[in-house]
Amino acid sequence: MNHFRNLLLAVSLLCAPFAHAGEITIAAAADLKFAMSEIVTRFKGLHPTEKVEVIYGSSGKFHTQIQQGAPYDLYFSADVEFPRELAKAGLAASEVTPYAFGRIVLWRATLDASRMTLESLVAPSIHHIAIANPKHAPYGKRAEEALRASGLWERLEPKLVYGENIAHAAQFVQTGNAQVGIIALALAVNPELSGPGGYWLIPDTLHKPLEQGFIITRRAENNPLAKRFAEYLSSQSARAVMTRYGFVLSGETSDAAGKP
Amino acid sequence: MLTENDWQALWLTVRLAGIVTLILLLIGTPIAWWLARTKRRWKGAIGAVVALPLVLPPSVLGFYLLLAMGPNGPVGKFTQMLGGTLLPFSFWGLVVASVFYSLPFMVQPLQSAFEAVGDRPLEVAATLRASPLDAFFSVAVPLAAPGFLTASILTFAHTVGEFGVVLMIGGNLPGVTRVASVQIYDHVEALEYMQAHRLSAVMLVFSFFVLLALYAWRPNPKKER
Repeated sequence: MNHFRNLLLAVSLLCAPFAHAGEITIAAAADLKFAMSEIVTRFKGLHPTEKVEVIYGSSGKFHTQIQQGAPYDLYFSADVEFPRELAKAGLAASEVTPYAFGRIVLWRATLDASRMTLESLVAPSIHHIAIANPKHAPYGKRAEEALRASGLWERLEPKLVYGENIAHAAQFVQTGNAQVGIIALALAVNPELSGPGGYWLIPDTLHKPLEQGFIITRRAENNPLAKRFAEYLSSQSARAVMTRYGFVLSGETSDAAGKP
Repeated sequence: MLTENDWQALWLTVRLAGIVTLILLLIGTPIAWWLARTKRRWKGAIGAVVALPLVLPPSVLGFYLLLAMGPNGPVGKFTQMLGGTLLPFSFWGLVVASVFYSLPFMVQPLQSAFEAVGDRPLEVAATLRASPLDAFFSVAVPLAAPGFLTASILTFAHTVGEFGVVLMIGGNLPGVTRVASVQIYDHVEALEYMQAHRLSAVMLVFSFFVLLALYAWRPNPKKER
């Protein structure tokens, strides 16, 4: 009996360091790749014992996965409609929170794109234009809308190649296989991607707004850390990061966009 | 029942797998023959290189191919020199990628078949003054025929089942690089489960019959001898 008690004691001691630390897994749209990493780093600085894991991918895929019971505690979508649908299906433990608007840009890896416009994509020197797949990626849908609204779709469609999400489209450009890409401003402002090539902000009058939204999933209903992280997002510190990555925060004007 | 795009994707898949199987018959046969007959020290290294695609994740293969075929990669520089075009986002780019991806599925069954033929029939052919080439075509190939059948079916089937590499270098172009596996993935991503179900069912039935053909009709080599 004594042995058993010792064993229990040992086990409880081993578990002790984890007993108070919370743990959350975040599913975040690919456009948040850089901004979210920075926000999480700051959050961990304030709460060093908490464990925060982020998985990046396409908003649509996460939407499907959460319907099938994927173990994500928070879901950040590049299109607020996806979390709205989940909330309607009773899979959310919080209100749907629209947190920012995304923007799309013309971007090239090695040359400056800041003087380009959508019209310049017609040039024969541009063989391939990479966009995210409009069939299921929010940024791809907006790219298609912008090309249609400017009357260039018919001429440019043969040049389009489709990435799985916005990061995949950027990868086609970065490896030089596509000359230009239409990607998220939030990715293009990162030093890793901006490099020598600049970007050109596509007017948001050409496409529907890219309203981003998040929810706490039903799985995290009783997870205090999930709630704390959600609250942290409205802090000054987190909002500053989002603005720096070119997101227009919900409830602010769009003048600041694209001026990191 | 299937949409026009689904049929297009299926036809593209069959065309890709067919062309890759033909090319690999041409490339894989001499490699398999050499691996089966040689006693050189290189054998191990070459055999390992041929088997690499079995072990490597498709993402590794796709990543390297995307870089190699790009304008700054060795393959990309070569194709630009020849015709000025790059291989990613093209049908022939997929063919090249699939040749690498399916190489072991052609070479390994052929190698085993050639090894099973052994030295004896070839020595007999040589005493009858058959040239090595003649001996290969009139002795080794007929004896290894079941191996050719197995290797071709496996190569074809494996190319049909390709997904990751195609997704990474294809650019998802309808009729050019959007093969059936990618089309199903797109349906699922767009929450079109009904269409995904239909095309998936076609793939499932097809795969089953390919394997059934392989296992049921393969002549038993022990009975033949």
